[in-house]
Formats: sequence, C-alpha cells, structure tokens
Amino acid sequence: MKTRRRPALRALFYVGMSLLAIPFVFPTWWMITSSFKPIGEIFAFPPTLWPQHPTIQPYVDAFTEQPFLLQYWNSMYIAVVVTAATMLFSAMAGYAFARIRFPGVNALFLVVLIGLLVPSEVTIVPLFQIFNQLGLVNTHWPLLLVTTFGAPSVLATFIMRQYFVTLPVELEEAARLDGLGRAAIWWRIAMPLAKASLGAVAIFTFLHTWNLYLEPTVYLQSPELFTLPQALTRYTDAYGGQMWNVQLAAATMTAVPVLVVFVLAQRQFVEGLAQTGLKG
Amino acid sequence: MTDTLERETATAGRTGRTGRSGRAADRSAARVTRRRRRSLSGNDNLVGYLFVAPQVLGIVAFVLLPLVLIFYYSFHEWNVLANTFRFVGTENVERLFSDPKVAPVLGATGIFSVGLVIGNLSIALLLAVMLNRKARAITLFRTLFFSPVVVSLVAWTIVWGFLLQNDGGINGLLQLVGVEGPNWLREGPTAMLSVIVVQVFKNVGLNMILFLSALQGVPKEITEAAAIDGAGPFRTFGRITLPLISPMILLTTIITIVGSLQVFAQIAVLTQGGPGISTTVLVYYLFQQAFEFHRFGYGSTLALVLFVIVLILTVVQWQLRKRWVHYEN
Repeated sequence: MKTRRRPALRALFYVGMSLLAIPFVFPTWWMITSSFKPIGEIFAFPPTLWPQHPTIQPYVDAFTEQPFLLQYWNSMYIAVVVTAATMLFSAMAGYAFARIRFPGVNALFLVVLIGLLVPSEVTIVPLFQIFNQLGLVNTHWPLLLVTTFGAPSVLATFIMRQYFVTLPVELEEAARLDGLGRAAIWWRIAMPLAKASLGAVAIFTFLHTWNLYLEPTVYLQSPELFTLPQALTRYTDAYGGQMWNVQLAAATMTAVPVLVVFVLAQRQFVEGLAQTGLKG
Repeated sequence: MTDTLERETATAGRTGRTGRSGRAADRSAARVTRRRRRSLSGNDNLVGYLFVAPQVLGIVAFVLLPLVLIFYYSFHEWNVLANTFRFVGTENVERLFSDPKVAPVLGATGIFSVGLVIGNLSIALLLAVMLNRKARAITLFRTLFFSPVVVSLVAWTIVWGFLLQNDGGINGLLQLVGVEGPNWLREGPTAMLSVIVVQVFKNVGLNMILFLSALQGVPKEITEAAAIDGAGPFRTFGRITLPLISPMILLTTIITIVGSLQVFAQIAVLTQGGPGISTTVLVYYLFQQAFEFHRFGYGSTLALVLFVIVLILTVVQWQLRKRWVHYEN
C-alpha cells in the first residue's frame, strides 16, 4: 500500500512546488519574451506566452532612445570599482578589528558599527548638501565614495571581521617567526584563507551597487551619467507613455547577465547572500 | 555583537596575564621578549590604525557628520529654491504633528511593513518546509525560488508593473477564466496589495534559505521521538519544530521590517505614492519633501523619524540576538 501511494504523493509534491514557483519565475519569463514583441502585441488579448511576431527592434530602440551603452558602462564600472574597493578596505578593517589589539580598537569598532544603525535613506539630504557644496552633484563621485566608505560597507567589514576572528593564532605566530610583519601576514597568510568571505562580500556589494536607485535619482541629472536602474524608468515616448517593449528589452539586458552568473555560481550566491541577511 | 567583542577582549587580557607571570621565571629572557613584543606591537599599532583608517574616516564623513547635520537642519527652515536658510526652532517638529499627511504616511508605512512581514515570512516558512527533504529536484526549486533575489530590483518592478497594468498580463489571464480584474495599481486597496506582493516575491528567497538552515539544525531524533509518541506531522511541526526555530523567525522578522522601511524604488516605479497618497511610505514622503518640494529642513525632520524607528528595531534585534546566543549555548 505504501509503495503504491508514494509515486502519487511525489507527483503531487512536484505539482505543488511547480505551482508555487510560478510567481517567482513567470515575471522573468514574461520580461524576456515580451521584450521580443512588437508594441502592437504587448497588450494582446489573449496574452501571448511566446512572441507571435518576434522582433529585435526593442533592443535596437533601447540603444537609440537613450545613451544606453554609456549607461551600461556607468553601472558596470561603478559596480566593479566599488566592489573591488570594498573588498580591499573591508578586508583591511575587518582584519585589524579582529586580530590587532591596538589602543582604541573597541571604540573605533563601535564607531563603525553605527553605520549599521543608519540606513542610507536617513542621511541622503545632508549628503546631497555636502556633495553640492563640493561641486560633486551630477558626477559619479557620491555613488563611488558613499557606497565604498559609507554605511553600505560596514556589513562587509563586519563579515570580514567575523571570519578573521576564527583564524588560528598559530598560523600568524608561525609567519611571525619567519620574519613576516603584520601587513605581510594579512596579505600573504590571512587573505588567501578568506576567499569564501571575500566572495560573499563581492557578491552582495556588486548586487547592492548594481541596484542602487535612490542615490542616482538624487545625485544625477544628465542621461549620459545615469546608471541602469535609473535609465530603465526613462523609456517614454513623446507623449509620456511608457515604451513597454523597449523598457523590457533594457530590463532584460540589465537582469539576465546577473542571472546567468547566479546560475553558474549558485552555491556562492545563496550562501553569501544568506550570510549577509543574517548579519545585517 | 558588542557582547562577543567584550568576551574576546577579556580572553585576550587573560592570556596576556598568564603570559607575563610565566615570563617572570626567567628575567633576562623576559626582558628580551618584552622588548621584541613592544617593538612588534608598536608596528602592529601603526598597521592597525592604517588598516581601519579608510573605514573609520568614511563612517565619520558619510554617516556621523550627516547624522549630526540632520539634527541641525531640523531646526532650520531651508528652501533650496528660494535660497532661504533660517533658524526656526522646533517649527519643523511642530509641523510633523500638524501635517495632515504624516498620519496616513506612517499608516501606509505600517501597512506595508506588516503586510510584507506576514507575506514574506509565511511563504518563506512554507517553502523552507517543502524544501527540507531529500528529493532530486530540490536544488532546482531552491534556485527558482531564490532567483528573484538576484534580478535587478528595478527590472523586477518594471515587469510586475507591466503585468499589473489594467490591460496587462494578469488581467488578461484573469479574463481568460472570466474574471474582470481591477486596475491594480490605480485603485486604493489593490495598489498597496500589489506593492507588497511584488516585494514579497522579490526577497522571500533570502528568508527561505535562513529558515531552511534553521530547519536543518533541528535534531532528527526529537521529531522522530514525537512521531513515535503518536504526534502527527502538523502537531510535531507546531509543538516541536516551530518553537525550536522561533529565534530565527524573530530575527528575520526584524530584519524584514527594517528592510521594508527602506522601500523606495518599488513605490517610485509602480505607484509614485498613489493613488492619492495611499502608498506614500515614509522614505518616499521624505524624498518628495526634500527633493521635489525642496524642503530640506522638514525632509531632515522626517529622516530623523525614520532613524529613530530603525534605531529602536535594531537595538531590539541586538538584544534578541544576544539572548539567542545564550539560548543556543
């Protein structure tokens, strides 16, 4: 009896799971397929799950309606620079906070922890004013500086510190006997061992920077300086109507590369992001 | 967090003491060791300060200074367009209480947070329980449920906005089964519901993973013992599993609330705070006041309100985490 019930139960389980997966998967599917539809098919009834008259015109329009290539480059280089800089500086600070007992270390660590208490939305008004005074509004500097050194980087430092705390003292002592100084111990002994944590930091910093929306909206006015999330919302025709298929083509180009990397490195993504969720 | 820090320092202090008393046995050796240790630690101190400098200076410049400034700005009337900046005392705080929009804004913020927490946590728990077994396709489903987390937020929001148009995909599908769908984003109650649903499916994968790891930490022997004692699967879950993972549930609740208070892009893209001001949450209102109406003083006061709410929640979270650590030990 049991053996006969089992396959039925298993089938039921998979049907249930597949139904549950619809709201998670369908939007992405709909974004990609709709981006290949001509504008006349976008709101067709009944809805077409697969483009009836596929066209790449929306992708062409995405580049001609806005300086999309430039905007892509902006997002890309900002995310890469911020990620690399955050990995370096958070590893330095995390190591020092974990392994070096210099005077004032606890007080300084508390100062850094304040960054966890203050969401960037709270400080956006005075930060805008500061960058305005410095003449840096409508440049990429606020995005680069605040994301690398401000509140978003504290989580990175915290995660690196959590890892370095677990490093066995014996390793460092052995290196010290071999005549290595502190900085060399950090770079040659501790850093190579911290790859997993550095990976987690890289993943969430990249995604965070790639997705920034409030900050670019506040700081940037020229379309040539826009980042992708900001650019995606600006595809409107002469009457202010949304050019849905063009917008979805641009959205697909923004989302799909990250999705591909995610599928290739799932385990690192899931573990890395879950770790940040917990530590935040 | 600070707790672990204190413990570590205490440990470091203790080992330091035993080390010193041990060295007292051989004085000359002790002197050499001490000298070497001092020179090394002098070098260490320098490296320490240099290593933390970028992070500490960054926090001072981009968090502490702005934090002080929002207090300062709160006491000023500052209109960027009219180029006026004058001290007004507590006028902005008084406006906070007389502004007829503040109550609905806080209400919308509360509804959004509560709706998000309920939706997110119940679905995350359901998915985690379903995934907590050995079956071949589990990894595939985990990937599918998690995938929206890595989809660009604005792209995700745009495609949902497209689906939720009056003549969009969702109403098209509803019409196929003979149901007339509402104009989701343009009608009061469904607009808020839509914004919540879009955000739930975006991030539920994260909490799902956290719950899954908590569930895998529940010892098999306990649930098996309950089953032998005749408890059904639902009873075992309610009486045994749920209490055991309750610390994780509390923690994710607070993390999710804090995250929900920062929602901005979704509102800006989907509803622009409408219809009326029914989806104008605190951050969106702050943005409008400061950057659309150019009231930096009042905007700062609203930022202060947001800060206080987040501060309280974070302190509660740290307290819970401390208790949780003791509980686990």
